[in-house]
Amino acid sequence: MTTLHRAARERFTVELTLNGQRRSGEAEPRMLLCDFLRHELQAFGVHVGCEHGVCGACTILVDGQAVRSCTQYAAQADGAEIVTVEGLAPPGALNEVQRAFAKHHALQCGFCTPGILCSVTHFLRETPGPDEQQVRGMLSGHICRCTGYASIVAAILDAAAAR
Amino acid sequence: MKPVAFDYYRPQAVPEVTALLSQKGDEAAILAGGMTLGPMLNLRVVRPRAVIDISRIEALKTISVTSKVVVTGAGVIQNHALSSDVIAMEIPLLAMALPWVGHFQTRNRGTLGGSVAHADPSAEIPLALVVCGGSVVLQSRRGQRRVPAREFFIGALVTQRQPDELITALEWPCSAPDAGHAFLEIAQRHGDFAIAAAACSLRVGKVDRIEELSLGIGGVEDRPVSIDVRRFLGHPAGEIAVELSEHAAISVTPMEDHSATADYRTALTKVLVERAVSSALEMARRRRDHL
Repeated sequence: MTTLHRAARERFTVELTLNGQRRSGEAEPRMLLCDFLRHELQAFGVHVGCEHGVCGACTILVDGQAVRSCTQYAAQADGAEIVTVEGLAPPGALNEVQRAFAKHHALQCGFCTPGILCSVTHFLRETPGPDEQQVRGMLSGHICRCTGYASIVAAILDAAAAR
Repeated sequence: MKPVAFDYYRPQAVPEVTALLSQKGDEAAILAGGMTLGPMLNLRVVRPRAVIDISRIEALKTISVTSKVVVTGAGVIQNHALSSDVIAMEIPLLAMALPWVGHFQTRNRGTLGGSVAHADPSAEIPLALVVCGGSVVLQSRRGQRRVPAREFFIGALVTQRQPDELITALEWPCSAPDAGHAFLEIAQRHGDFAIAAAACSLRVGKVDRIEELSLGIGGVEDRPVSIDVRRFLGHPAGEIAVELSEHAAISVTPMEDHSATADYRTALTKVLVERAVSSALEMARRRRDHL
């Protein structure tokens, strides 16, 4: 067994699966995963808000788990299976949660939306028939400054009930 | 903000970590889930020369149980612990504390050991470990040692861990089948830092007297504190919740910060202890009568 070592200023290749495709890009040790996805792989649906794990805008799916991409580093994601908002539905289409968001006006500026949609994907897989309290519990990990959350809660409950 | 430039190391096994730590000591930071170190790196509160990523060491992710103790690897993910039957059965207090830890999205990445290593005064997992009477297992090239949780936490973000040591596991004594537990907290919003938290474990005998009792407060002092409750052993359970709430409120020396005054924290301590003890008592009586 050997320890992998990357020197502070070393640039190296990170290879991962992004929305079903093998992709690679260049990183250095301190590069945040969200910055790698945006700047190297052009996944601009990953929104960078607070950069310290609080706001939830950068939430993505890593190996199926909804996690922050601003508090992990590109080097850690080598070999990972990543889904961003771009991968939640085929290009040009919306999935049922996205359609429910449109129907219920669950977004205004839309900055927080990609992160919430990624969280909901993992959440509904684990909690298929959630009640309002469970939805609000999951949503406490996201900050939305436009909607007051009511329409987001309604959209998620509607999408869950329609499944 | 972005972190300072650091050397990145990803060891495959614990001896590689302790070898690195023995060379680098406090110039190195251990990275597991990154839910506490990540923000501190990004805000440049910490500026390590080296970051040692232990998140792929499988040996740190196991949960094992003997008749007396549950050993959780330091790298066990908080949401995995929350869905663990062993933890629900053997360490009910931890199972009750975990839903209060951050949010769904941070529990998917944060670890049990990371929370203990970071030692935020308001953190739930350290408080649960203190109230359970658990221990922290530390490994270095010099050897292995166990530190009781009640001695491990020294102050805000300060612990007994030496710079060359890695937390490898936490040890939790198994709950008695007739013990009752409760964990409660008040924060500005669920998942935010606790302004005050209370955790209680107890057992009541056939004549409804307190046989075992452990009570702790988080978020109020600079570390999770265990309240000295020895004089309440053998007391009738009837009025114990009110008695303990008054005792706890005068036992703590609360912090004052932007989110709450010392007086408010004292008031919350009283309320939370009364509720937590009542709830633990109800559970203990139910389990006692069920045995």
